[in-house]
Amino acid sequence: MRAAPRASFPADTAPMDIFIQQLINGVTLGSVYALVALGYTMVYGIIGLINFAHGDVVMIGAMAATTIAISLVGGDPSASAFLVLGAGLLVSVPLCMAVGWTAERIAYRPLRRAPRLAALITAIGVSIILQNLAMMGWGRNYLNFPQVLSPRVFEFFGARMSTLQIAIVVIAALIMGALLLVVHKTRLGTAMRATAQNREVAGLMGVNINTVISAAFLIGSALAAVAGMMVATYYGVSQYTMGFLLGLKAFTAAVLGGIGNLVGAMAGGLLLGVIESLGAGYIGDLTGGFLGSHYQDVFAFFVLVLVLIFRPSGLLGERVGDRA
Amino acid sequence: MKFPTTLKLLSAGIAAAGLLGAAHAADVKFGFAAPLTGPQSHYGEDMQNGLTLALEEANKKGIKVDGEPAKFVLVSRDDQADPRVGVQVAQQLVDEDVVGILGHFNSGTTIPASRVYHEAGLPQIAMATSPEYTRQGYETTFRMMTSDTQQGAAVGKFMVEKLKARKIAIIDDRTAYGQGLADEVEKAVKAAGGQVVRREYTTDKANDFTSILTNIKGSEPDAIFYGGLDAQSGPMKRQIKTLGIKAPLVSGEMTRSDTFIKLAGDAADGTYASLAGVPLDKMAAGKDFEQRYQARFKKAPGVYAPYAYDGAWNMITAIEQAGSAKPEKYLPALAKLNRKGATSEHISYDANGDLKEISVTIYEVKNGKWEMVETMVSQAN
Repeated sequence: MRAAPRASFPADTAPMDIFIQQLINGVTLGSVYALVALGYTMVYGIIGLINFAHGDVVMIGAMAATTIAISLVGGDPSASAFLVLGAGLLVSVPLCMAVGWTAERIAYRPLRRAPRLAALITAIGVSIILQNLAMMGWGRNYLNFPQVLSPRVFEFFGARMSTLQIAIVVIAALIMGALLLVVHKTRLGTAMRATAQNREVAGLMGVNINTVISAAFLIGSALAAVAGMMVATYYGVSQYTMGFLLGLKAFTAAVLGGIGNLVGAMAGGLLLGVIESLGAGYIGDLTGGFLGSHYQDVFAFFVLVLVLIFRPSGLLGERVGDRA
Repeated sequence: MKFPTTLKLLSAGIAAAGLLGAAHAADVKFGFAAPLTGPQSHYGEDMQNGLTLALEEANKKGIKVDGEPAKFVLVSRDDQADPRVGVQVAQQLVDEDVVGILGHFNSGTTIPASRVYHEAGLPQIAMATSPEYTRQGYETTFRMMTSDTQQGAAVGKFMVEKLKARKIAIIDDRTAYGQGLADEVEKAVKAAGGQVVRREYTTDKANDFTSILTNIKGSEPDAIFYGGLDAQSGPMKRQIKTLGIKAPLVSGEMTRSDTFIKLAGDAADGTYASLAGVPLDKMAAGKDFEQRYQARFKKAPGVYAPYAYDGAWNMITAIEQAGSAKPEKYLPALAKLNRKGATSEHISYDANGDLKEISVTIYEVKNGKWEMVETMVSQAN
């Protein structure tokens, strides 16, 4: 009964500004995906493990930052935004790094020589443990991030972008640039790349494998904390299950770009965000109302399937030497 | 097979006791369960008082059941608003030989308990508003209140007639609740002469709605309706503001919460949401009920007391009409019931056991608080 009238929707009245707006929506979302995808791809590049608990580290970051913000703001909405956000980062980044490091030390290191499947299942186990710990500590209810920021909104070409969205995109870009510098210009980065190429040989050449792997987990978790903070402030809600879908999307982004490849993870994240946004935006009109915007996730995963069929190593996956 | 003599005697004794019990069956027992302890106990008490008042009045009238004046008795149990406890007390009530159930309060306890009552063949009239309660295919389930989905009819009408919205965009979260509500809204909007310019979808786990909202912005609606939970409608309202959409957000019962106001932050103002039930002064005989309630309990009735009162009278009236308190005898009378109550001129049930008359109050967020703006009473079609 409902399918017929939907086809008669008027064609979009002002397509250009809507298209730009969808791009802005997609790039904001994609920046968060990219930050999280970097954590997946670094760990995969170095030890070949898909760390399924990574999304839950993002969740821990979001929940910790929100808790700090709530306790600082209390009933006083005039609290300084920079103080609140700064304190949130100061707590959530070290906390996430500790969680990531501990998970590697306790759960993954003993299994480093075990079959890959064992490590993968362990990662899923760590994910469940983190979710349940968060549920016990924070409860099942949604936490809401106090509104300390009143973002200004800029309008161009009929599309709108808030300072918060700009900040998310810019900060994500800066962090990704810094990470590339670390990987390509420092001793640690060289050691990471060496380990990624061949763990045994790198060890024989004097690289401390354990330190390098721990460093990958620490950096990835720090990025996850920042991403968690972004999600918490931008959407205003966090809950103990939020890491699952976010982690899955970021993992998709990493595979899309070519897992193990840093630039690929960034490109994959941005691409996935834009695909989702445009997919949700146009899928209904493109299919004449046959598929609605609730197929937005299906759309994203469909693109992933296509990429895997025609380029199994991902969009940028062939540059194996550049893995980090 | 040969039974030992003692066992034969014993079973004969039990049968005799059963007959004796049936012989002076003046007591007609109704089972009642609701949260009577804990943070929701004030709802349970409100409901219990409404039921008690109805039963006391019925006892004074000397209604005859199976040819004898009946004494209606309420057997109360505390379900603590906990589904597991709800099922336990449901079994206890069945074991107490009650003839009908007036409860539970919460949808979460009502739905699992309704299975126990259905298996025992007991008619149940519950306060629950969740659509699933009457959609299980049980002929024993009835409501005291307008269901969540039925609110859609009133909300759709409200948008077109009171908000003067001609073009309406509808979003739902594809859950049974959200989709059911949105479908009802769509029907009502069209019936009232409005136009649904866009129908979008999300999930009950999403928090990014910018894509669908951007689409909606392109169709320039006068109002946006969302069928779903406050965990989504809160962030959605924020994103509506960021995208510069002027159309107000309208939603259902789940959005009319303090959580929504917290999640939407400074964007919350101007949001509309519905809630089942209307205040006493908008009811058919609300003032009269209030006076009797006040005289009996020395305090003003809450939101649920008049609906519980009518629910109890519905069951009593069905028993009176059937002339029997046997569930299988009075159940058909309950399904066909049409009576004038405190809350409504015409109380009657549809095939599912939902009330035919829909009564809904619309609220709006003003200065960060929910305030009543409109009450609506209409007939479901």
